[in-house]
Amino acid sequence: MNRTDIIPASQKGWPLLFTTWMVVTLATLGSLFFSEIMDVPICKLCWYQRITMYPLVLILAMGLFPYDPKAVRTATLLTAVGWLIALFHVLLVAGIIPKNVQPCVQGIPCSETHISLLGFLNVPLLSLLTFSLIGGLLYFTQRMESS
Amino acid sequence: MKRKYLFVSSFALIILVFAVATVLYQNQKTSAQGSNLSKNQSVLERDGAPVKGPLDARVTIVEFFDPACGTCANFYPLVKKLMDQYPGKVKVMMRYAPLHTGSDQVVKMLEAAHRQGKFWQSLELLFSNQHRWVSNHVSQPMRARALLNGLAMDHDRLDTDMNLLEISKVIRLDMESGQALNVRATPEFFVNGRAMSSFGYKQLSQLVKDAVDEAY
Repeated sequence: MNRTDIIPASQKGWPLLFTTWMVVTLATLGSLFFSEIMDVPICKLCWYQRITMYPLVLILAMGLFPYDPKAVRTATLLTAVGWLIALFHVLLVAGIIPKNVQPCVQGIPCSETHISLLGFLNVPLLSLLTFSLIGGLLYFTQRMESS
Repeated sequence: MKRKYLFVSSFALIILVFAVATVLYQNQKTSAQGSNLSKNQSVLERDGAPVKGPLDARVTIVEFFDPACGTCANFYPLVKKLMDQYPGKVKVMMRYAPLHTGSDQVVKMLEAAHRQGKFWQSLELLFSNQHRWVSNHVSQPMRARALLNGLAMDHDRLDTDMNLLEISKVIRLDMESGQALNVRATPEFFVNGRAMSSFGYKQLSQLVKDAVDEAY
């Protein structure tokens, strides 16, 4: 048995997976900054997106040491779910999905946004872009491995 | 080995950025608050809002509250204690921030009771029996209304007053002021326009002490 069987055949995807981990960690701390430091209220949909985002910090870190491209599979599933919720949230804020089908009429309405950067970038949109970026990075990691 | 080093140092860097951003944000918030003080003054107080304490007191605590909020009920005796600590120097003004589901109705009852001079008695009754009309952070207006039956006042008038347009307007005004002042949780206190740096009884009593020292 040669060494390549013990350590993964290729390490090509490591830098990309590491970049993904950086993005995920920044996004996690960023969302915590909004809620814990700036006291922005958190609606239900934001919590669902957090549920899919936060575990990625640990899952990807575990996939880096030792390098294990299988982590991409798990991460992709979580990212896909988070992306769909973020898309729903963005459409809700934009008014494309009518308010009466939104799940959180009580407490903090999800259709309200509290922060907008550069005039158009609100938190749900930021979330959708981040999930898209993570998805893209995971896709290229996977391609690097299989090529 | 090199990768582990890269990983650990990146993580440390991200945490550092987070910490620095936190400190910067807190500093900026404090200084922004100072400059907003005069702007705040106009939305801070509302003529006709329930006030306790001598009208000529130079220190005013404005409290945004929700009758269904447990922390508001816990703070109620503490605010009273603060007023006793500086007799004649501190007054408190209550403003509505009905953040809980169903509280909008209960707040209307309070404002209607206020018209009969029964605001404070009603509030005390609601606060001390909160468990009887708030369940799982949702107000049960019918139960709150039933509780108020125990007070001596014109109850028919209370029921008609509750639905007056003027009362809705008063509550809307309070909620708009709350939004302008960034009130996102209850209770929120402003002592002569100044907010607490962080939430807590100690911070509130310090704020009151500073305001009294400054004014007298």
